[in-house]
Amino acid sequence: MGAEEKAHHAVCPGKKHNLEEIREKLASEDGPRYWRSLEELAGDPAFQEQVKREFPRGASEWLEGFSRRGFLQLMGASLALAGLTSCTKQPLEPIVPYVKQPEEMVPGRPLFFATAMEMGGHARPLLVESHMGRPTKVEGNPDHPASLGGSDIFSQASVLELYDPDRSPAVAYQGEIRSYAAFLGAMQSQLAAQRLAQGAGLRFLTRTVVSPTLGDQLKTALQVFPKAKWHQYEAANRDNARAGAMMAFGEPLETQYRLAEADVILSLDADFLYPTFPGAVRYARDWASRRRPESSRAMSRLYVAETTYTATGGKADHRLPLRQMELEQFARAVAQGVGVNAAGATAKGMAGTWLPALVKDLQQHKGNCVVIPGEYQPPVMHALAHAMNAALGNVGRTVFYTEAVAANPVDQNQSVSELVEDMKAGQVQVLVILGGNPVYDTPAELGFGLIMKEKVPLRVHHGLYQDETAQFCQWHINAAHYLEAWGDTRAYDGTATIVQPLIAPLYNGKTDTEVLAIFTGQGETKAYDIVRAYWQRQLQKQAPATPAARGKGKAAPPPAVDFEGFWRPAVHDGFISGTAFQPRQAQLKSIDFGPGPQGSPPALEINFRPDPSVFDGRFSNNAWLQELPKPVNKLTWDNGLLVGVETARQMGLKVNDVVELKIGNRTQQAAVWVQAGQPANVVTGFLGYGRRFAGRTGTGFGFDLYRIRTMKEPWSTAVEMRKTGDTYLLASTQGQQSMDTQLGTRDLVISATASEYGKDPGIILRHHETPAKDETLYYNYEYKSYAWGMSIDLSACVGCNACILACQSENNIAVVGKDQVNKGRHMHWIRVDTYYEGDRDNPKAYFQPVPCMQCENAPCEYVCPVGATVHSSEGLNDMVYNRCVGTRYCSNNCPYKVRRFNFMLWQDWNTPQFKMMRNPEVSVRSRGVMEKCTYCVQRITQARIDSEREDRKVREADLLTACQQACPADAIVFGDLNNAENRVSKLKSTARNYGLLADLNTRPRTTYLAAINNPNPELPAPAEQN
Amino acid sequence: MAQIFHRSTNTISRFTIFGTLVVTAVGLWAALQLERSPYTTFAGVARPQPVPFSHAHHVGGLGIDCRYCHTSVEVSSFAGIPPTKTCMNCHSQIWTNAPMLEPVRQSFQTGRSLVWSRVNDLPDFVYFDHSIHINKGVGCDTCHGPVDRMPLMYNYASLQMEWCLDCHRRPEKYLRPRDQVFNMRYQQPKEFQPVEFNGKKYTDQDALGRELVKAYHLRTVEDITSCNTCHR
Repeated sequence: MGAEEKAHHAVCPGKKHNLEEIREKLASEDGPRYWRSLEELAGDPAFQEQVKREFPRGASEWLEGFSRRGFLQLMGASLALAGLTSCTKQPLEPIVPYVKQPEEMVPGRPLFFATAMEMGGHARPLLVESHMGRPTKVEGNPDHPASLGGSDIFSQASVLELYDPDRSPAVAYQGEIRSYAAFLGAMQSQLAAQRLAQGAGLRFLTRTVVSPTLGDQLKTALQVFPKAKWHQYEAANRDNARAGAMMAFGEPLETQYRLAEADVILSLDADFLYPTFPGAVRYARDWASRRRPESSRAMSRLYVAETTYTATGGKADHRLPLRQMELEQFARAVAQGVGVNAAGATAKGMAGTWLPALVKDLQQHKGNCVVIPGEYQPPVMHALAHAMNAALGNVGRTVFYTEAVAANPVDQNQSVSELVEDMKAGQVQVLVILGGNPVYDTPAELGFGLIMKEKVPLRVHHGLYQDETAQFCQWHINAAHYLEAWGDTRAYDGTATIVQPLIAPLYNGKTDTEVLAIFTGQGETKAYDIVRAYWQRQLQKQAPATPAARGKGKAAPPPAVDFEGFWRPAVHDGFISGTAFQPRQAQLKSIDFGPGPQGSPPALEINFRPDPSVFDGRFSNNAWLQELPKPVNKLTWDNGLLVGVETARQMGLKVNDVVELKIGNRTQQAAVWVQAGQPANVVTGFLGYGRRFAGRTGTGFGFDLYRIRTMKEPWSTAVEMRKTGDTYLLASTQGQQSMDTQLGTRDLVISATASEYGKDPGIILRHHETPAKDETLYYNYEYKSYAWGMSIDLSACVGCNACILACQSENNIAVVGKDQVNKGRHMHWIRVDTYYEGDRDNPKAYFQPVPCMQCENAPCEYVCPVGATVHSSEGLNDMVYNRCVGTRYCSNNCPYKVRRFNFMLWQDWNTPQFKMMRNPEVSVRSRGVMEKCTYCVQRITQARIDSEREDRKVREADLLTACQQACPADAIVFGDLNNAENRVSKLKSTARNYGLLADLNTRPRTTYLAAINNPNPELPAPAEQN
Repeated sequence: MAQIFHRSTNTISRFTIFGTLVVTAVGLWAALQLERSPYTTFAGVARPQPVPFSHAHHVGGLGIDCRYCHTSVEVSSFAGIPPTKTCMNCHSQIWTNAPMLEPVRQSFQTGRSLVWSRVNDLPDFVYFDHSIHINKGVGCDTCHGPVDRMPLMYNYASLQMEWCLDCHRRPEKYLRPRDQVFNMRYQQPKEFQPVEFNGKKYTDQDALGRELVKAYHLRTVEDITSCNTCHR
């Protein structure tokens, strides 16, 4: 076998004829349709073995091997010691009451406070649970229009960030601990000098500033120091959206979508259902509301043309993988089709097939369709989208324009470049970096770090971590986390929120407003006073002059304003009502779209994207996010370079191969991940890895692609790629915990098109066999009071992973690290499986969240030798940790592979910060104990007790599981099956309802609603389109 | 052929076999007794406290209601340990110079909490909720014993699982009318000492208990002996 052939074998070992066979199988109407990874599709024996096994090879065996004598010794010792564990005496425990108990606090019951987390230029409105003054869990703010109760992975994981022991604990000068007063003292002489020079040598560098107070402060600072400058930079900035709006309207307007009104949605590389997109939490809710066939409104249709496989692409009815240049040409073609005068339109191949049908569909839904451009698409694409939306009459119906959410939107790439130029010219004496990590996340070609270190005499860094930038600055001010600080911010729709702290700063951190107060003449002021003072001024401005004063024509006295009457409800509700931006009448200019892409595309292009989990690198030290399997490819702890199947075959690449990427004269290595559905000759690289000073968790993982990123083409550019011959082990959970159903036996995911389902709802269960209730040898339980059950809507699930992190936070789930993930030992109680359907070059994806099924005939219960997993009277499979001796028979017998075993002591029992973080209502599991989803039994118990105290039944709205509460798409519904009026009962009675592996007669309490797609009948179905 | 073993081997082997059984049985019995004894459970053992607070004086003598200090007992899992402020409500007026109360005054002046020793301490994997027990008619003294006659606080019961289950398996043996829950001198109904509930007089705990189970909508025994009632 030659090298070429060998490589081919590695990527698609199924050989040609085998693949053909599978294609045939896939094509036949009754045949199997779904596959979980390229290995499965190709019939890789290693995958088959994995499916048969409880854990991947190496997870549950003795690696060293041991003698019979060793075995007997261990057995004897275990037997002798097993009984002793019950003979412990309770240690003497202290109990520490308050001196004066705070108002409203009831010991043992949590309190909830509204606040908001800012990220990437907009805020996520939150409701945070506090146990005796310790924030433990983050939820979306149900009253806020940007959340409606849903939340996302970043806000869920921010609790861990707060308690991260690697956070910077103190003010430091050249790495030595100093007091904040020392910093203030040191700044005095500098400020005096700058005041004389009118701030000519003073520069501020911030991330995108959304906070109205901070924006106001910066403007004040620039008045105090008229020659100073304020620069903004974020790696994943929104320059392109801003530039596109400037092209179209001449002002940096913000675009908002109303997806609940959209019948047809065209996404041009916009991952608008994933929380890195502004407003995604709300968009997911609105989009999902139109994807349920039971709804009275017709289903919407989603077209996605994109350059890599995103979660949104997986939800598309029609997905079109294109290269960057083809995408722009295609967008121009669509624009032409709907009547926008754009040159350079080309649509070849599949795009050509798409074009007429898509244009027709858009035109048939004028005013009820929407075109969404991707955040990282060039400005002209945004302008094209604005023009298309205008031409289709969508503006004012599904598309709204408002003023910018950012306090001062600027071209950030230009802004930071100017700063570097100034630094080079020696014009910068004092650089104050408020948040952000420019030394790491500016492109290496800019040389930010070294230039700053050589040319700027005084450098001040304010941040949560002593990161790469802190290493290059003399002064480091440790920042207060948003859960420790007063502040304000705006959601994507402009609604202002007062950020209120849940806890006093753990390390005496300062907010950015407090640091900036030195420069605005406010001196050493508390953030609370700064924020209040700002809003007090706003209220004064807004308040109308009193009529009496107006009538007399005298100088009006300052109007009397009831500030507390404004402040208290604002803080309590989590938003200031009436501050959402009003839609603006935006006048579309005549836009010059230019000639369009010229010439032929580069042989190979790379597209940079912020990482779905660690974003631009700011969450690198957050182990929850690191271990979260990224949507679609399920990679953890690393940024794999996504390469398409065909490209990998041509270049002889397989998973884990290290390649060298070359842009200009800069090179960077990266590890390959072969991704189905990736367009040919396109690689996708994720930013945010390869950190050098992230902390103990994040340092060293992955590859730093900022080293080859350029300012000119930050998102897409030509690249040379060379195989190095090295390998780097990536950790993906794809294929782990796969249920044992080979291709062609039974469907774990069921889908149908809307028209098929409309004609015959029975189509869902046509291959489905559910045994009758009495066909069992086991005892049939009766559930007289409650019968808890869950319904998960595969149509609505957008694969955003919010449920996984909500569960991790609620249930004190440990992280295990990259090596252990590779052994299949990760601990998530709910996983999101990805299933592909159709051809490997452009498959359709389905996301299936899998928690414990809480079977009524639970296979796990019968095999436990110590009664550690037992059936409850309400139908839960209780897991009793203190009985568990770790035989793992239960997980061996679980067909859904939802049980997780503590092979090692993964819980950190000693770090004091983590003790504060945990949910006190859930046991912390130790080594040797099995665990699994409990349906959040602590919440069930609390809701039941509360209801019984009031002598009533549990109300549906009072009891949400953590995953259900976090789900932005409302895909998870939980409740009492004994009450036919409950939503969950109604959902389970629809024709879409099916149980996973129901033919095993496990009678799962968690069931699924089949995915219903709404493809355009004029286009070929996903499985056939290649 | 000569005997390999001496005749005495028979006796020795019998002695060994039965002796081992007896020693094992006695050992197990002793271990069980130890496990249930106050040595392990601390039942009846007063713990060291910063202030020798007397429930006998405050509850039995002065007649202060339980809820004056344990404020959250009716609404929360945790009954609540009073903040220093609660002590000072009275002790800023009376016994203001008592040396015994010095730690309390110290705490109030410095703002540092008193550090008490937990008396009724359950293992961390047990989740007990006061509010629901109070609400269903379990009296304070059913679990905590004659607190009004305890000069120093000790735990009355073993707090072991068999003790919990004793009631969870037959709650009617212990329930009392809600209005009697905080009555520390409540007596179960007897022939000569009937208990009134809903206008009816009961002379027998079983009858009263069965009636209360119905009236207070107690969950079934099956429900309240499910593992997740206490463990999660």
